[in-house]
Amino acid sequence: MSTVEQQNRLSVFKTYKLYVGGKFPRSESGRVYEVTDSKGNWLANAPQSSRKDARDAVVAARKAFGGWSGATAYNRGQVLYRVAEMLEGRRDQFVREVADADGISKQKAGAVVDAAVDRWVWYAGWTDKIGQIVGGANPVAGPFFNLSTPEPTGVVAVVAPQDSSFLGLVSVVAPVIATGNTAVVIASAKSPLPALSLGEVLATSDLPGGVVNVLSGKTAEIAAPLAAHQDVNAIDLTGADAELARDLEIAAADNLKRVLRPQAVDFTATPGTERLTAFLETKTVWHPTGALGVSGSSY
Amino acid sequence: MALSSAFEYAPAPESRSVVDIAPSYGLFIDGEFTEAADGKVFKTVSPSTEEVLSEVARAGTADVDRAVQAARKAFTKWSALPGSERAKYLFRIARIIQERSRELAVLETLDNGKPIKETRDTDLPLVAAHFFYYAGWADKLDHAGFGANPRPLGVAGQVIPWNFPLLMLAWKIAPALATGNTVVLKPAETTPLSALFFADICRQAGLPKGVVNILPGYGDAGAALVEHPDVNKVAFTGSTAVGKAIARSVAGTEKKVTLELGGKGANIVFDDAPVDQAVEGIVTGIFFNQGQVCCAGSRLLVQESVQEEVVDALKRRLATLRLGDPLDKNTDIGAINSAEQLARIQKLADTGEAEGAERWSPACELPTSGYWFAPTVFTGVTQAHTVARDEIFGPVLSVLSFRTPDEAVAKANNTQYGLSAGIWTEKGSRILAVANKLRAGVVWANTFNKLDPTSPFGGYKESGYGREGGRHGLEAYLAPSSPEGKR
Repeated sequence: MSTVEQQNRLSVFKTYKLYVGGKFPRSESGRVYEVTDSKGNWLANAPQSSRKDARDAVVAARKAFGGWSGATAYNRGQVLYRVAEMLEGRRDQFVREVADADGISKQKAGAVVDAAVDRWVWYAGWTDKIGQIVGGANPVAGPFFNLSTPEPTGVVAVVAPQDSSFLGLVSVVAPVIATGNTAVVIASAKSPLPALSLGEVLATSDLPGGVVNVLSGKTAEIAAPLAAHQDVNAIDLTGADAELARDLEIAAADNLKRVLRPQAVDFTATPGTERLTAFLETKTVWHPTGALGVSGSSY
Repeated sequence: MALSSAFEYAPAPESRSVVDIAPSYGLFIDGEFTEAADGKVFKTVSPSTEEVLSEVARAGTADVDRAVQAARKAFTKWSALPGSERAKYLFRIARIIQERSRELAVLETLDNGKPIKETRDTDLPLVAAHFFYYAGWADKLDHAGFGANPRPLGVAGQVIPWNFPLLMLAWKIAPALATGNTVVLKPAETTPLSALFFADICRQAGLPKGVVNILPGYGDAGAALVEHPDVNKVAFTGSTAVGKAIARSVAGTEKKVTLELGGKGANIVFDDAPVDQAVEGIVTGIFFNQGQVCCAGSRLLVQESVQEEVVDALKRRLATLRLGDPLDKNTDIGAINSAEQLARIQKLADTGEAEGAERWSPACELPTSGYWFAPTVFTGVTQAHTVARDEIFGPVLSVLSFRTPDEAVAKANNTQYGLSAGIWTEKGSRILAVANKLRAGVVWANTFNKLDPTSPFGGYKESGYGREGGRHGLEAYLAPSSPEGKR
């Protein structure tokens, strides 16, 4: 191939699609909206999800919940680590997309992508440890064996941060699924492309279809039916402004969804466990022990 | 002489003289008993006799505001105390409760209607144990797993129900104080007395003024407390409907909220379960505290092959339960807490009958005064029946059957609630497998309705969020030092 041919070659654009149930559908509504870079240059047409897309995503997430929450923590950890592996291999693509989306230099975007890869690795290591940190045996005053174990809450709707289109997105999605929940994620409205591309990474990372579902479009339009949805168990409001967050929290009260309110977050810092525990329930199981006990033995 | 009458129980009433109930009580604000700002009062009656026990000041919005201000003022000093000092106050309270437990048990039985056997042997020991347990946390919060130097939230507004008046108070106040918060607590309008006696215990313990404030009152006072802009933490135990209203009202604020709401617990009996033991567990599960328990095992799921045997044994056992004077030490089933609650139970039981379920109660004479409801069992219940879906909060058991463990799990989880469940089987692997699949915060295997301060308690789904008890119970009252952001 000659240099001339290369320079004249027309590049192939990508049709960005949603990621729902392990597949890449267009929006049910047939709508798209223009996504531009920080200077206003056209980047792509992104799907503008509808209420129906949101409901389809919940169905997919619910269907995936049994298998994903029932997988061993070791297995979930390996899958999350696999996401990091896949992402590392596509580093250049994401550097480009993040630079465009967030309006930062390639160098800074590189640091963002590296941090996102590392975040997947960090959470991969948490899957089989969080239960040991927040669960345990309770020394009850009586002849009972009694154990508290964390369990995933269920389907979590995630309003991803608006201004950190990739590192922020990864930082809110990874903890949700690390603990065995499944997620319906609303990408940053103005810069959804890195999130939609992440769907392609997840699809090739042994993550079962439906565990993470990515929607793009107008945040409020997609979030409202998710907050009101009776089969969604929790909602992360990180990317909602104060007014929207309040409305969503009110809607979420109808089935007592667990709510993580928006708060100022420095996504470059090492996270705490708060995002892991926000979407965990604690189950305490009791059983009589009878009179036999090692520590009470005279042997 | 018939054998049954030869073994009649002699009456064994607990003495009322150990408790001295004043004719009237005030609100407890900033260490003082005081009248309500608008002078309103209400009467509290003994549900077993309808006797008026006392007249109690009824808190209004102005009183809520005054109490929150007192708690805010007290917070500065209380939260700055070394944990070891807060611990000593809580240990003092635990000890005084133990010393006065006989008095408090009688008081609670008079005001609530539950049998003295339960207040004496369950409520009061657990109340003291809760304060003792959380006292020990006060100077060890750095080790609780919520980051180094976790901070209290501020003023806690707490609203509690009438089914375990003093125990619910302990669940709310002990962790709040241990973590350095100050408290405004509203007891239920039908059971304000033990909380007011607790105010006196705070005085005896020398607790600084304003750290604990008690506001007897109705739902309007509860709502004003929850919505007060200077309240940092809301803790509520009660109905799911009110829990949802609270969740709506705190939306968009920074208030931290925990909700302990309703339940419709499944008690699953497999064909290999020890029947007599299971029957005792079923009885404890639904007839303890007249079934007025959010974690009650109100849906009995029996494997079809042993259904007849279990239901027969259950009916035989129920015929031996003694209903009557709650102050009698031989009484198993006391009075329903209020006329209103009795009407609610009656309506739901009538609905069960109207929908075609078969209703049964043992031969049982109900006292002529007071609020009473005989232990009731519904058989032939399907999942669509109201008595299988709605929380009844009374001594009413619905019996359903199943064939396979999968079906048992599916039926058990077929509810908007997710607070408690029971499993009865001799097979260990089945206990673990079924417990794993149940969407409930507390699962009792081969036992039921056991509670302990070291054990987190709380629900999945619409049974609310947050946990009370254990290390987990501290979280609701602490602001974690998150490395992620501001806080």
